[in-house]
Amino acid sequence: MALESEDIRKTFGYFTALGGVTLKVKRGEFLALFGRNGAGKTTFLKIAATLVKPTHGRLRIEGIDVREEPEEARRRIGFLSHNTYLYRDLTPIENLRFFGRLYDVQDLDERIHSLIDRVGLQRRASDPVRSFSRGLHQRLGLARVMLHDPSLILLDEPYTGLDANAVDTLNQMLDEAISAGKTIILTTHDLEQGLRAASRAIIIDRGKIVFTGDARDPATRDAYRQYIRVGVTP
Amino acid sequence: MKLKVLAILTLVSMLTALYMIFLYAPREALQGDAMRIFYIHVPLAISGYVSAFLLFIGVIGFFRTGDLKWDRFGETAAALGVTFISAQLITGSLWSRPIWGPWWVWDARTTLQLVLDLIFIAYFMLRSYLPDPQKRAKLSAVFGLLGMIDVPINYLSIYLVRTQHPQAVVSPGGGGVSPEMGLTLTVSFTAVGLLYAYLFNRRLAIAKVEEEVDYLEQVVLAHE
Amino acid sequence: MKSMSAIIFKDIVIEMRNKESITSMLMFGVLVLVVFQFAFETINVERGLLAPGTLWVAFSFAAILGLNRSLAMEIDNDCLQGLLLAPISRGELYLGKVASNFIFMMIAEVIVLPLFVVFNNLDFNLKFLEVAAIACLGTLGIASIGTILSTISANTRIKEVMLPVLQIPLTVPVIIASVEATREVLTGDTRGISSWLYVLAGFIIVYLTASYLVFEFAVEE
Repeated sequence: MALESEDIRKTFGYFTALGGVTLKVKRGEFLALFGRNGAGKTTFLKIAATLVKPTHGRLRIEGIDVREEPEEARRRIGFLSHNTYLYRDLTPIENLRFFGRLYDVQDLDERIHSLIDRVGLQRRASDPVRSFSRGLHQRLGLARVMLHDPSLILLDEPYTGLDANAVDTLNQMLDEAISAGKTIILTTHDLEQGLRAASRAIIIDRGKIVFTGDARDPATRDAYRQYIRVGVTP
Repeated sequence: MKLKVLAILTLVSMLTALYMIFLYAPREALQGDAMRIFYIHVPLAISGYVSAFLLFIGVIGFFRTGDLKWDRFGETAAALGVTFISAQLITGSLWSRPIWGPWWVWDARTTLQLVLDLIFIAYFMLRSYLPDPQKRAKLSAVFGLLGMIDVPINYLSIYLVRTQHPQAVVSPGGGGVSPEMGLTLTVSFTAVGLLYAYLFNRRLAIAKVEEEVDYLEQVVLAHE
Repeated sequence: MKSMSAIIFKDIVIEMRNKESITSMLMFGVLVLVVFQFAFETINVERGLLAPGTLWVAFSFAAILGLNRSLAMEIDNDCLQGLLLAPISRGELYLGKVASNFIFMMIAEVIVLPLFVVFNNLDFNLKFLEVAAIACLGTLGIASIGTILSTISANTRIKEVMLPVLQIPLTVPVIIASVEATREVLTGDTRGISSWLYVLAGFIIVYLTASYLVFEFAVEE
């Protein structure tokens, strides 16, 4: 079981972001998380990434309880969000070297160069990130996520702001990751991209899971359209 | 019921203390009537340190349980702390001016109290810029902990300055403490102590109601 | 350990590239010394008595600048979240940041100190080294508490303005001890200096430990 959440709840002051999410994700699954803005998708993902502590509930990453052994859990997680968490004054190589040291990555320089080639940043590898466009940022962010070879990859709206080229690269890398047995959970507003390679689809509304189904099943598309038109699926 | 008893006791003891301070205690030989401030000033100073200790308790309670009621507890302690210490600093000033001349003396005790006052004020300033209750409780607990650990260290360093640079020390007049003065002081201590307890109780209750009002506001806003 | 040195190294590379932190601390420190020069010009007091105070005013306010810069760098692009994602404990993260803050403050001070000696017509002798050693201790004290306080103040709307409000009352013991110890060195009367050094050492130990333990509360969402 790559990820197991048991009744995860999160309140921010008086606002309930998550009202009890229980979810089991098997290894090798590709899960697409849909939902309106403010539904709780990002909060759940951040809790899964151990960036946010839930106000209630348990979370296990590959059997490791994140409350008991958070560092072990983090070693296995890669998280990419809207903010890329990259240092603007450093070059891609320097950024990756820093994160590589934090994660204790072996054969670091080799890995950095192969990843930079993979995401198409060879020509800008020694420029400070400050000068990068959003798309280049995202590419480097993706390289950062994959650097330590995480078994659970969490992506929060990764397609936002990407050009067609970058979208292709991202999709290729995700496909490679799935073939290599990794588990992927991504959130998106884009129905087509979300369902493209996903095995399962989940819709979150107002902090709770309201639909879960096979990504390839047409009923899922119906549920999604119904959901965004009407509100909550029956 | 218990609250009413406390309120009555407080009122009675305060009135008694006031009577004793102004009418019963003898006119001090060297300092005259201004010296009477001492009977209030000293209990106020102690209340400042009690507040610091109570804030520390609140912080530990919050770290152990995560329950917001400890945050309210600490905040109430800090509120009373600011009030009582500021009152103490002002009464100290009113006392020192006619007796020794200056409005303010930078001796160990006053400096300590001033710094403690500043720490409490910083605590409130921090809280005022943190709108989310959970975050506010967490961060003010961290600052509260760091601040209250500072109190003994401050005490140590400021008193070290004093022993190395002897300065004028604010204390009761040189004529010795007569039994009437001792009794007045004791009554005064009791009165201020009861007042503190009563105010603490009321303030804590207000904090709880404030939080409930906040909650209802949020609920209403969320449904609009 | 490895992650701490990674953090320090990363901060050094960034600082070498944009030089914002050290130059602003340096400029500020020098300006404070100069201003105090004018302020006390007409006062006929032995330099050794006044000078330590001005030195530590310069150091403590420059330190606040440095801490704010260091924090701003981690807030930019939410880099702090990237650090929280890594498999290092929050305490280790804290110690890494304390170390790099300390290093930058010391670099600025190492340049301000000789200027201080020159402005006050002191000598570059053993006393100078002793003053520098005291500066090390005091700076470590400021860095240890400033690092966690800057993380707290980052959560407020007024961010950098909140830091001095929180920090100045809490660093009173460090300032007093450093000033008094420096004064004793400069005036030659060092009978009581060990108690000041104990205060500094005690402050450092207490605050490094306390902050190490509660840093996660200050830094997590």
